[in-house]
Amino acid sequence: MTDLKNGSVKQANLNLSRTEIIERSLAKRYRAEKRFRCYGIMAIVFGLMCVALLFTDIISKGYKAFAQTYIQLEVTYDANILGITDLNDPQQVALGDFQGIVKQALKNRFEGVSGRKAKRELYGVISNGAGYRLRDRLVANHQLLNQSETLWLVADDDIDTYYKSMGSDAGPFVGRMSEQRQGWIEQLTEADEVELRFNRNFFVQGDSREPELAGIRGAAMGSLFTLIITILLSFPIGVAAAVYLEEFAPRNRWTDLIEVNINNLAAVPSIIFGLLGLAIFINFFHVPRSVPLVGGLVLTLMTLPTIIISSRAAIKAVPPSIREAAIGVGASPMQVVLHHVLPLAMPGMMTGAIIGMAQALGETAPLLMIGMVAFIVDVPGGFTDPSTVLPVQIFLWADSPERAFMEKTSAAIMVLLAFLIVMNTLAVILRKKMERRW
Amino acid sequence: MQTANLFIVLLVLSAVAYYMARGRSVALAQPLGGIRHLHSLPFFYGMRAAIWCALPSMALLAVWLLFHEHIISTLLLDGLPEAQKPTSAAEHNLLLNSIENIASGALSAETSAPHLVAAADVLKDLRGTARNLVTAVVLSLAVIGMGWGWVKVSPKLRARQQVERVFRGLLLACACVAIFTTVGILLSVLFESLRFFQAVPATEFLFGTEWSPQMAIRSDQVGSSGSFGAIPLFVGTLLISFIAMLVAVPVGLMSAVYLAEYASPRVRGLAKPALEVLAGIPTVVYGFFAALTVAPFLRKAGEGVGLEVSSESALAAGLVMGVMIIPFISSLADDVINAVPQSLRDGSLGLGATRSETIKKVIFPAALPGIVGGVLLAVSRAIGETMIVVMAAGLAAKLTANPLETVTTVTVQIVTLLVGDQEFDSPKTLAAFALGLMLFVVTLVLNFIALRVVKKYREQYD
Repeated sequence: MTDLKNGSVKQANLNLSRTEIIERSLAKRYRAEKRFRCYGIMAIVFGLMCVALLFTDIISKGYKAFAQTYIQLEVTYDANILGITDLNDPQQVALGDFQGIVKQALKNRFEGVSGRKAKRELYGVISNGAGYRLRDRLVANHQLLNQSETLWLVADDDIDTYYKSMGSDAGPFVGRMSEQRQGWIEQLTEADEVELRFNRNFFVQGDSREPELAGIRGAAMGSLFTLIITILLSFPIGVAAAVYLEEFAPRNRWTDLIEVNINNLAAVPSIIFGLLGLAIFINFFHVPRSVPLVGGLVLTLMTLPTIIISSRAAIKAVPPSIREAAIGVGASPMQVVLHHVLPLAMPGMMTGAIIGMAQALGETAPLLMIGMVAFIVDVPGGFTDPSTVLPVQIFLWADSPERAFMEKTSAAIMVLLAFLIVMNTLAVILRKKMERRW
Repeated sequence: MQTANLFIVLLVLSAVAYYMARGRSVALAQPLGGIRHLHSLPFFYGMRAAIWCALPSMALLAVWLLFHEHIISTLLLDGLPEAQKPTSAAEHNLLLNSIENIASGALSAETSAPHLVAAADVLKDLRGTARNLVTAVVLSLAVIGMGWGWVKVSPKLRARQQVERVFRGLLLACACVAIFTTVGILLSVLFESLRFFQAVPATEFLFGTEWSPQMAIRSDQVGSSGSFGAIPLFVGTLLISFIAMLVAVPVGLMSAVYLAEYASPRVRGLAKPALEVLAGIPTVVYGFFAALTVAPFLRKAGEGVGLEVSSESALAAGLVMGVMIIPFISSLADDVINAVPQSLRDGSLGLGATRSETIKKVIFPAALPGIVGGVLLAVSRAIGETMIVVMAAGLAAKLTANPLETVTTVTVQIVTLLVGDQEFDSPKTLAAFALGLMLFVVTLVLNFIALRVVKKYREQYD
């Protein structure tokens, strides 16, 4: 009532004109308008919060994996413990008990540890991989035999987790750590004989059951080989198919069938492509399992629709005047396409190809079906070496019970996301730079 | 010769063929008074020879690569004495495997049966001969093609037409890969599913409510007869997809509406790509997020209010899947909202409607078919989504509609059944293909309807 401006209240009550009805409902309508607008903002904010939450969660969980706990020890290359008399004999070196000298070094550092259980705990402070490092050093420098040197050695993953969480508000994460072990770490911390260093292992090693030794190199190389196969096959085939459909295909049933197929394949769940790879490539054509070759074949089929659709859009964007001019000076249809349309459409096609590759790089499900989920320690060196890929490595680590693997998983996700961001930025830049207004 | 080397040699040969035929065409044109007296440009004469050199030989090589395993093993088994020929398919594979292992040195020849060692030697022989034979045939085919391409060069030869016809054929073949893929998918899931339905009746699979595919090794063990009623899987899949849609549809739609109708160009330019980041994140990352962040959080929140929340609840997987689908719905909805003609908006605003009324009463109805199509596509994506549910949903096939409990989905079961060691005779493995068939058919139908709806709508305003 109060928003009626002129005229008496009584009169308004008795005889409402149309304008007045509208005016009276205005406040309510404006409120509804505001509410609706608010819902929109809330939806956007929710979406953006999800993005922010996802990234902060992953980064806060994973950034610590780029550092690794190292412990300083004085190691003696005792020939008796090693069982090595002649360093030039590769068999002796291979069989040498390098872990034994690490144990000896630990025993020297913490005197008075007795009992089998306590000793086992003590020996577990340093990672199992330390022995290999000592062997490499000794092989590189024969003079070291029977000498001592002070080295920083990689700590075990439990120690690593404990040491990294020592400064946190919730107190250190104890987990499987016994009180005795915690005491040792305290001693080492006070003596400044333990520190965090850049985790080089993470970038140069293959997978491992020991979190402190596990790295992403193997998976990254597997991804690289798989993507090489994928781009080599899917880009030419996709562009050729797009050229055919846009420039040569007659309007008939066959062409319609191809188009319907492409559109449907774009929406088929990726896991179905894995079933296809398993049944056709592996069981029928006997392509070996778990290798980048078969992974690349499956991902090719999966990314083809994306590439075809974006290539067609790029070809469509080339104005007909170009084609007509070329035909006018006597080019054959094939020359029109190869000499004029394709070069002009190339930036758009490449953008599509990069986006397709980004999709292939992040894909996991179909690769599980074709056995790229095996535990593989060696870094693959070619297209037919068993390997895994980055997303599958993430999946495998996420399933591992050790707490230290959670950190590694997040770090691997960060690496994967970094690659994806680079690829997508490249696609955006390419589109912006090469985009042509006709 | 190794296949890769052979391939490189073929490429080199075709390059040689190209230059030789090209040179010959130029030389032939010289006495006539220049290349304008040739029917085609020298390039096409060269290409024609290169095609003759490469195409037949590479086709033969490809066919050989596809079928050589088959041919060699058939020859090998035919050569075996009658008594040692395998009688069943399983025996057949076992025999081939052991011969293969001896030949490659994985099994020591001394400890193996002598007839197998002999067979392994035969296998090595066969392989050597076959490789030499194929190399010889492929190379001579290439050389003959090269010669043919060279000899036929003449000013009258319609080289351009021939080359272009071959190119067109290649383009068509590439376009047909899409059809082959669909056929391949159908064949692979259909054949294995048929074998599955021979062991387990289709009615039991479609309407059974008990799912426990673990088959015992011996028939007298407990639970030896796995049961394959897929209803709990379907219900679980639908439950998780429903939760996902509950998140994705309102958020996706409202953000699309806001971005299309309210947001200033600057806000739109910032918020749209930021939302699309969600679409670029790999599903395995969402799975990790769901399993290690959302699920524990929900569990704790549930404990706080006295609710029992499973640590692999359908809710966690569904929520995260919903977040994943938000950008999918919002970009599809954005497209259809933008496709609504401006005149409809102007008309409605001119009559005095507020913006929200215009959106609700004019734009939504006009864009509805497109939105429905988009939502259907999103549903099909949710049903087929694998990694999130593999990592965050459970394995136990419970028939429940309670989102706080553990459910399992079709895709989770496919992955569980097929990852690890498999034998291709057990219904357990074949069940995965039957589930794959269901998944393929359902998503195909959804996509088909969705694309139809979207297409029909588009025709209205164009």
